[in-house]
Amino acid sequence: MQTELWNDAAGGFHPVSAPDFLPEARLQEVQLRRLRAVVGRAYAHVPLFRQRMDDLGLTPDAIGSLADIAKLPFTVKTDLRDTYPFGLFASPMGDVVRLHASSGTTGKPIVVAYTREDVDVWAEVMARTFAACGLHRGDILQNAFGYGLFTGGLGAHYGAEALGATVIPVSGGNTERQIMVLKDFGVSALCCTPSYFVHLIERAREVGVDLRELPLRVGVFGAEPWSDAMRAHIEAEAGVKAYDIYGLSEIIGPGVASECAAQEGLHVFEDHFYPEIIDPETCRPLPDGTEGELVLTTLSKKAMPMIRYRTRDITRIISEPCACGRSLRRIRRIGRRSDDMIIIRGVNVFPSQIEAALLEVEGTLPHYQIILTRERGLDQIAVEVEVTAEVFSDKIRALEAVRARLAQAIEHICGIRVDLRLVEPRTIARSEGKARRVIDQRNI
Amino acid sequence: MKLQQLSLFLENRPGRLGAPLEAIAAEGINLMTLSLADTAQFGILRLIVREWERAKQVLEHAGWVVNLTEVVAVDVPDRPGGLAEVLRVLESAGLNIEYMYAFSLRRGDKAILIFRFEDPDPAIDVLKTAGLHVVDAEELFSHFP
Ligand SMILES: [Zn+2]
Repeated sequence: MQTELWNDAAGGFHPVSAPDFLPEARLQEVQLRRLRAVVGRAYAHVPLFRQRMDDLGLTPDAIGSLADIAKLPFTVKTDLRDTYPFGLFASPMGDVVRLHASSGTTGKPIVVAYTREDVDVWAEVMARTFAACGLHRGDILQNAFGYGLFTGGLGAHYGAEALGATVIPVSGGNTERQIMVLKDFGVSALCCTPSYFVHLIERAREVGVDLRELPLRVGVFGAEPWSDAMRAHIEAEAGVKAYDIYGLSEIIGPGVASECAAQEGLHVFEDHFYPEIIDPETCRPLPDGTEGELVLTTLSKKAMPMIRYRTRDITRIISEPCACGRSLRRIRRIGRRSDDMIIIRGVNVFPSQIEAALLEVEGTLPHYQIILTRERGLDQIAVEVEVTAEVFSDKIRALEAVRARLAQAIEHICGIRVDLRLVEPRTIARSEGKARRVIDQRNI
Repeated sequence: MKLQQLSLFLENRPGRLGAPLEAIAAEGINLMTLSLADTAQFGILRLIVREWERAKQVLEHAGWVVNLTEVVAVDVPDRPGGLAEVLRVLESAGLNIEYMYAFSLRRGDKAILIFRFEDPDPAIDVLKTAGLHVVDAEELFSHFP
């Protein structure tokens, strides 16, 4: 391989990222070989998949080219629930070395499994993720993703160790301790959810710690959608370069895709996870460049292969070359999920649109919450926004004007009139993990 | 000649007024006066406190967003039409009053008007030129234990 290509735009030498620079033809060769193997494996060991293939009159031989993937049946989240806990495993428990589970917001969680090889692939893609974010041996990484059933903590941990960085396994929560570690351990990189980091910046400021004065250089954020404006806020307030990473437990955890120094889309580690975009309504594949739902196939997963898993995340594939030199295709940053969509009085509203409106007016993102209720059969949407020092005034008129501007901006972007309520600071619950932005009290 | 006024945001629901007042009382900080302006949805509590720096710190530490504004205190002339006279002076000088509130000192029967101007300095000049008594912090708090 051309070793000079291993130097990514961040200036680090990362032999770990060699597969990121495979020529297209070579990459597709690897993808096809792995696709055929994983389809064969799922067909042989996962009854649900075999049944669906049989119903379509297909056998694994149907895969003669990468394009043939479109013939295969989809897998959806409810398949994991319906086969809870172990129904989609393709390996005997004797080969499974790890289980993780996602916290379902309703009912049973979903359970995912890893063989020794799966754990190694996971460490590799997370090492490539950190390398793409400009980390290397010698970096001190504070891992504030939750350790436990959630894939974030351990996924990031093994990846950073594989890269040769020093990992501090702080896990999530306990913000005071996070700040102490940040200050005292010479931490150069931190990973957590973006909303938790915003909370951490806020808390640090309250206790008189300016993150910009610390050695902290890189923030690696994932597990929830966040906007470019939020990135600008984080980069300015914490003096870091803030990278977006993407992953989901059903596929592997974090490590499916990562931004690089160019920060213009996330490179999919497509030698392991094959991306497609489909129209979420018709389920038809869409060409690169067109927005739709991301569908992923795990090309090398052993314990729990996922064939054409519908992520519900809305994005598009960027196939143009990237400034960093990686040949892996990119996906545009995910701003919304098809199941995040709120349908209110016939209008589709995404929390990210409300966030964009609030940012536009305030310049920074205030804490907010969307509350849906139903009064006499009619859906009502209220947006509660915490008053910040930036907008607070001693004059009623000025505050009423802020309230009106916020409501107008939301109406302008979302096309819906909301009941905008200014609320006292710190009255909206802070998450130590993913932010809970929508409270639906409609009991539909 | 100007006073520091602290303002904080309150939601308009029962019991919200008590909390900030208790927070500063718990620190032994005496309140000179307060004024509450509200709408159906929210209110703004404005406080005049001698130890405003400490009060601001206490309130911010407890999580409130505190705004610091300079206001002007005027001693209302103790004669019929005294209040109207102050307002007339300001109006004829074309000074815009953002808001105002009145209170009386505990000792004596002095009435004090607090004015919030966009720009307090020209207003102070106008008031003084008209022979009105602008009360500074030291004098105001001397009436107050
Ligand atoms: Zn790149």
